[in-house]
Order: sequence, then structure tokens, then C-alpha cells
Amino acid sequence: MSRLALARQLGELLLAVSLAPFLVGWVAQCRAWLQNRTAPPLIQPWRMLRKLFLKDAALAGHASALFRLAPYVLFGTMVLAAAIIPSVATDLPFARAADAIALVGLFATARVFIALAAMDIGTAFGTMGARREMMIGFLAEPALLMVLFNAFLLSGSTALPSVVEHLAAPPFVIYPSLAFAGVAFLMVLLAENARIPIDNPATHLELTMVHEAMVLEYSARHLALVEWASGLKLFNYACLGFALFVPWGMAARGAGTTGLLLAVPALVGKLALAGAGLAVVETLSAKLRIFRAPEFLAMAFLLAVLGLLVHLLLGA
Amino acid sequence: MVSAPSLTAQLLNGFAAGLLLISFSMLSQQRTRRLIALFAWQGAILFASTTLVAYSARLGHLYFSAGLTLVLKVFVLPLVLLRLIRRLEAQWDTEPLINIPTTLLVGVGLVIFAFGLAQPITALATTITRNTLGIALAVILLAFLMMITRRNAVTQVVGFLAMENGLFFAATSATYGMPMVVELGIALDVLVGVFILGVFFFQIREQFESLDLHHLESLKED
Repeated sequence: MSRLALARQLGELLLAVSLAPFLVGWVAQCRAWLQNRTAPPLIQPWRMLRKLFLKDAALAGHASALFRLAPYVLFGTMVLAAAIIPSVATDLPFARAADAIALVGLFATARVFIALAAMDIGTAFGTMGARREMMIGFLAEPALLMVLFNAFLLSGSTALPSVVEHLAAPPFVIYPSLAFAGVAFLMVLLAENARIPIDNPATHLELTMVHEAMVLEYSARHLALVEWASGLKLFNYACLGFALFVPWGMAARGAGTTGLLLAVPALVGKLALAGAGLAVVETLSAKLRIFRAPEFLAMAFLLAVLGLLVHLLLGA
Repeated sequence: MVSAPSLTAQLLNGFAAGLLLISFSMLSQQRTRRLIALFAWQGAILFASTTLVAYSARLGHLYFSAGLTLVLKVFVLPLVLLRLIRRLEAQWDTEPLINIPTTLLVGVGLVIFAFGLAQPITALATTITRNTLGIALAVILLAFLMMITRRNAVTQVVGFLAMENGLFFAATSATYGMPMVVELGIALDVLVGVFILGVFFFQIREQFESLDLHHLESLKED
């Protein structure tokens, strides 16, 4: 591993970690504009993080070590995931270390830890949130895997950099199966990132909470890490979506410094568009009852399976 | 990887996949208004793909049927249906007979069946669109499924029209469309059919005070 590659990897990581709160802020801003509210500034999530890091943490009396450990594990897994998913360049040393299936496993690790931490404290809301999260997670995970299999079948590899390189290669080909996978991926993204049809990130009504209910007991630096990690998760999912469905603009293997420098604005532009699109989707749809969530995710799974079928039978 | 097919073939495959996607959304959609909107979208994709086939195969008469599709299935019929449901106050749909995930699962099975069925025909056909025959069959079967699993009269009519869309698509993909006379006849039939069914809606509602078709299952009132 050359020093240059390492520097590139570190740069990408720093970019991901610093862009993630901005992405959250941008989505909130777009939502506010669409709902005719005065928008919070773009930097609001960063201010929030700073405020939380400066505060003293309060812990419940019977919180175990797991409760204190969970935010760090959560943040760590999300940073690792950001290192694996190619966002700016495909030629990253870390990206070759794990394939996309391991990535799904990473997301699952984070989910298990936050759910355990929510149950650890023993409040009714935490437990309820954790159980709901696990229900949504176990339905969303197979759908995500099926979406990934669509891309794997097209490119013949489970490593994300190879997938990106294959899909972005010059002869532009329309893959009908990716249309199905794209819709399914959007549904999984909404469900996994606690977005509106499944969960409302801005809710104050406890009975409808999923993600918020799990982190109710956290404060100060722990809460900051949890919030930062969920921002990173959204960023990771967005980058995964770009890698699978809009791989253009990423610096290919062997691209020089200019290629890398050009890939950064491309990524920011894609993120801006995706964030605005997410805000539109969230504004247009109403939150589903929790019992309709399995229906929503079953639909995502079936769409991904249909994509596979279309690929296998249409030969395209 | 094998050499990429031509752009036209790729676009046609893409449109076919879009049709299938819309068929599945129709199957999962419970609101009548959105169902009609989806039907209009299906018509729009059908128009685009027919125009593309007409252009690539240089067949003049296909332009006419594409135009007919645009006028009839994208504008006239959806508007008529929207007016109807507004007059009937039937904009909100009832629960389907089987729950949605099960219906979708059956739908996936139907798609596999349709692809299997179309395989031998595809092997014989020489048109540029032959790969999409399986999808056309799947669209027809999915529309069938929608008619079977819904009780609401309006939804059934939308299912019927979606089935006609599928048949039209099958005709273009297998043989570059039917002769002009046949196509005009079908278009007229569909139009008249919808008007007659519209009259039926009012009759059904007057008789039973709902559009639920299970009232029609018994011959006499007990």
C-alpha cells in the first residue's frame, strides 16, 4: 500500500465525516423550504454537534458499559463503512478489503449495538424503539442484499470498486434490471435512515418514534456521536446509491490529482441533488402506520427480485 | 461481457421494464385516483415504445397507432375515468380481497410463468422487440390478477384497460403491431366499452348504493 493511496483514503474519510452533517442540514433545509418554513442554516447540524460535545454527559444510574460503548461502536462502524464505499475514487486500499456483503454486515452490527443499548437502560420507550428497529432492519436487509445482487450480477463481482468501474465504463448501456433495483434501493434507504414513510426524524410524538425512541436516553457527547453516525449512515447510503446507479463522475483507477479534484465537486453536486430529492419524497408522502412497514419493505424486496428476474430472463 | 445491443433495443428493453414496474405499482396501489394516474403513465410509456419501434422498423402505420395510444390512453380515458370517479365519489379505494404482499408474490410467480411461456415464441421471432414479449405477457397476466383481486368496479375497468395495453404491447413486440383496421376497431371498442361501463357504474351504484361487485354475486335478494 503506497503512501499516496493511504493519503487518498484518509482524505476520502475526512471528506465523508465532514460532509455528512452538511447533508443532514441540506435535507432539513430543503424540507423547510418545501413546507414554507424558514429554513435552518446549512451549518445547523455542526452547531448542534459542537453544543453537544461541550455539554456534560448524564447517564442513567443502571447504565452498563454497553450503553456507553454503543455510540463509539456505531460511529466507528459508520466511518469504516464510509471507507469501504467508494465515494470519490474507486482506487482506495480500504475499498478492496471488504465487499458489499460485508458492508451489509457492518450496517447490521451497528444496528444490533444501538438496539442493545436502547434495551440496556430498561425504559419502555427504548425497548419499543429497539424492537421496531429490529423489525424494520430484518425486513430491509434482504431487500438491500437483493438490490446489491442485481449490481453484482451485472458486473460479475461483489467488490464495490469493480461494480463502479464496470457500470461507469464508456459504452453506455441501459440496464432495465437496475431500474427495479433503484426503486427498491430508494425504499430501503427511506426505511433504514428513519425517513418519512417509515419513521419521522423530526417527531416529538413518542408513540410513533423508532430511531428517536432508541436514543432518548443519550445526552451530550454520546448523543453527538449517535447523531453524527446517523448522518454518516445517510451519507453512506447515498454514496452506495451513487456507486450502483449513477457511477459517473467518480475518479477511476489511475486518475491523477486533477481527476480526484474534479470528483469532489461531482460528489457534492450528486449529494445536493439526492438530498433535494429525498426532501421532496419526504414532503410528498405521509408516514405509514408501523404495521404497514412490512408491506412497504416486502414491496422493496419483490422489486429487487423482479430486477433479478428481468436480468436473468431478458438477458439485459 | 458480450457486445452491447443497439441503443434502440436497449431503450425498448428499458421501456418494457418500465411497463412491468408500473404494472406492479398498479397491483399494489389501493387508491383509485393514483391507479388512474398510473394507467396514464403506462399509456405514455406504450406511446414512447411504439413510436420507437415505428421509427426503427420504418413502419408508417405504427405511428398512427402510437398517436391513437397517446390521445386515447394518456388523455381521453384517464380524464373520463377521473370524471367518473369524481361523480361517483369513489376516489378512495376499498381493501383488496387478498393482502398486498401476497398479491405481489403471486405477481412475481406470474412473471416467471409469462417469461417461461414466451421463451419458445421469442426464439422464433425476428423482430427487434422480441425480447419484450415475455414482459408483455406478464403485463397482461398482472392486469388479470388485478381484476381478480379487486372488488371495486372502477378498479376492474382500469385492470381491463391495462390488460388491453399489455395486448397492444404484445402485438407490437411479436409482430410489429396489428393491421390498421384491427387496431382502429379495438381502439373504438375500448372507448365505447369504457362509456358503457361508465353507465353501468351508475346503475350498479343506484341498485346497491356501492360499487362493490360482490353484490352482483347472488341472483336474487333473499
